[in-house]
Amino acid sequence: MADQTFPIGGTLDLTPPRVAKETFLEWIHGWVTTVDHKRLGILYLLYAILFLLVGGAEAIAIRIQLAFPDNHFLAPDTFNRLFTMHGTTMVFLMGMPFLFGFANYIVPLQIGARDMAFPRLNALSFWLTAFGGAMLYYSFIGGSGLYGVGNAPDVTWWAYAPLTSKAFSPGHGVDYWALSLIIAGIGTLGGAINIIATVLSMRCKGMTLLRMPLFAWLMLVVSGLLLITITPLTAAQVMLTIDRYLGGHFFDTQAGGSAVVWMHFFWIFGHPEVYVLVFPAFAIANEVIPVFSRKPIFGYPAMVAASVGIAFISLGVWAHHMFTVGMTSVDNTFFVLSTELVGVPTGIKIFNWLATMWGGKIRFKVPMLFLTGFLFQFLIAGLTGIILSIAPFDWQLHNSYFVIAHFHYMLVGSIVFAIFGGFYYWYPKFSGRMMSEKLGKWHFWLMLIGFHVTFDTMHFVGLMGMPRSIYTYEADRGWAHLNTIISIGGFVQAIAVLIFGFNLVWSYYKGKEAGNDPWDAWTLEWSTSSPPPVYNYAVEPEVRSRRPLWDLKHPEDPDWNYE
Amino acid sequence: MSATSLIPNAAALPGEEWRLPSRGRVAMFCLIIGESAIFTIFVVAYIFYIGKSLYGPTPQQVLEIPVFGTICLLSSSFVIWLAERALERNKIKLFGAFWALTLALGVFFLVDTGFEWHTLIYEKGLTISTNLFGTTFYSLVGLHATHVLFGIVGLTTVLIFTLLGKVREEHCERIQVLALYWHFVDAVWVVVFTVVYILGR
Repeated sequence: MADQTFPIGGTLDLTPPRVAKETFLEWIHGWVTTVDHKRLGILYLLYAILFLLVGGAEAIAIRIQLAFPDNHFLAPDTFNRLFTMHGTTMVFLMGMPFLFGFANYIVPLQIGARDMAFPRLNALSFWLTAFGGAMLYYSFIGGSGLYGVGNAPDVTWWAYAPLTSKAFSPGHGVDYWALSLIIAGIGTLGGAINIIATVLSMRCKGMTLLRMPLFAWLMLVVSGLLLITITPLTAAQVMLTIDRYLGGHFFDTQAGGSAVVWMHFFWIFGHPEVYVLVFPAFAIANEVIPVFSRKPIFGYPAMVAASVGIAFISLGVWAHHMFTVGMTSVDNTFFVLSTELVGVPTGIKIFNWLATMWGGKIRFKVPMLFLTGFLFQFLIAGLTGIILSIAPFDWQLHNSYFVIAHFHYMLVGSIVFAIFGGFYYWYPKFSGRMMSEKLGKWHFWLMLIGFHVTFDTMHFVGLMGMPRSIYTYEADRGWAHLNTIISIGGFVQAIAVLIFGFNLVWSYYKGKEAGNDPWDAWTLEWSTSSPPPVYNYAVEPEVRSRRPLWDLKHPEDPDWNYE
Repeated sequence: MSATSLIPNAAALPGEEWRLPSRGRVAMFCLIIGESAIFTIFVVAYIFYIGKSLYGPTPQQVLEIPVFGTICLLSSSFVIWLAERALERNKIKLFGAFWALTLALGVFFLVDTGFEWHTLIYEKGLTISTNLFGTTFYSLVGLHATHVLFGIVGLTTVLIFTLLGKVREEHCERIQVLALYWHFVDAVWVVVFTVVYILGR
């Protein structure tokens, strides 16, 4: 394909491939001990998909329980465990590994590097994250110690004190929750450090910061944000562990400690975390939307500034989760205003994406379909966020299904949609084969319909007063029919995700050969083969503009004349 | 096919020098930023809980200013800088001497903290579970001491390599990255010392 179009002498490694086929044990050993950023990226992505399925199964169990009033599908304590594990899984074991998976695979390729800055740290980070997840799930069998029945944590993913104290949470469920997230958090910190060092110190010649693809920019910003958001959680969980194991009093109200301090510490982590999860979605949108609109991204410097702006503002909005705690009106006002301020840079981003599409020759391939869905749902998620940031409104709807609907619009409607789009976009690079368009369209439309059936309806039950975290409700509340509809939508989404999983596997064996550059894209990763060789680039690339492959394909009209 | 790599037109960049920051330094600064966030949370908790213990002993009754340890730790920052300079000028022996002195000062600090804790626990009856002050005191000072301990492990490793004759001038940058961490641990002590032994009393 493209390599015949642009043969460049001396850049090809023509060493014949190994003749002997590796044995199964060698293959396993190769993957377990790998320090290659591409293999680790794939491990992260597979890990994230695994937990997407596990967390999704938990959500389905929750929806079966809530589909009918006075249902007894799940016992109340099982229900509590499932929604705790669902939240924890989706945030820590699904969302962040997706971030690191894409960053690991794509960033070094995009900036023309041989590997990440610290390949062994990279492997360490992945395995810490992986063992963190394994340990969290081990609590299902080991949560009460090695005797007796197991118990997973049942304190919700924000784990408010004093519910987490020894007196109210005996057994080891909470300990598993805290310790596994401390371990995964150290892995996350290592991953973030690695991405920053890679982006700042490993760029190929000519790749100045303002010529870097926006994907790499977003990953730089999100890693910087992770440095100062994941660590407060680690600190708070160390405090919680001290309280539980050493008899400390940080969150012990009987000894002068404060439960509200935990809330502050948790949300100082917890709110920026939402931005940590959504930045990879922005990153994917920044790559997919221009390529499928056949236009360079609109307002590149504004996009960079808006990303940094969002990261900065997100550090000062955490207490909007706590309007009902009873803060002073000055505090409330501050957090209302700071939260509404986030709307400005996010608005800039949405307008820039729309402006990129405007007048473009849009190709609605599956990645673009998902990213179009992302744009629409992200806008609505942002708008309900602005609504909820108004303190008096929040007093009405706090901890209702309206809030659940709002953040699932963000987490599913925006982040998961963008991640799916990213998979369809980069799968040819990962595997050398295209994902099936037909299955992809089924996946997209079922996902879209299921998503809206579930989460649009959830806004209404929320407005009707249904609180979150309840395991059942009486028939005369008037929520029954809507809940049934919500659950049906959940099943539709589950089918869509299974189609996606099938498509991943099927396309790996039967998919169309992709070639190096199936989308006619512009960033460096499409210049190497699919999948890329271990060394990525035989000769270090040099770039002179933001779209090096455009320059390569159109030598008569290179981008650097306009930048 | 699998071995191809397509390099974009390397239209020469005339005379443009391409310099990137050292990845070691970048990573260490990132680690320091992350660690600072952890310390911030513990310091905020300490300050918030000053005077909120429902029962004694109070800081005024039991805490004494650790003058010796503080002098040791703060001066070690200066000594490690001397060691860095010695290595830059390729004076390996001098480097080894200053490095060993840094390590000794760090160990003195830890031993001093150990004696302080021993007195507090066995003579003054303050443990981590005694009251809120005990909880915040031991966790903040202990968190810092843990960082000193990690620093000492790093310093010892370098010292062993120095004694084996493996450290040479070209390792200057790596040594400086490790020294950055040590400077950070010292700087944190200034904050911890101010909060615990001055504000807190």
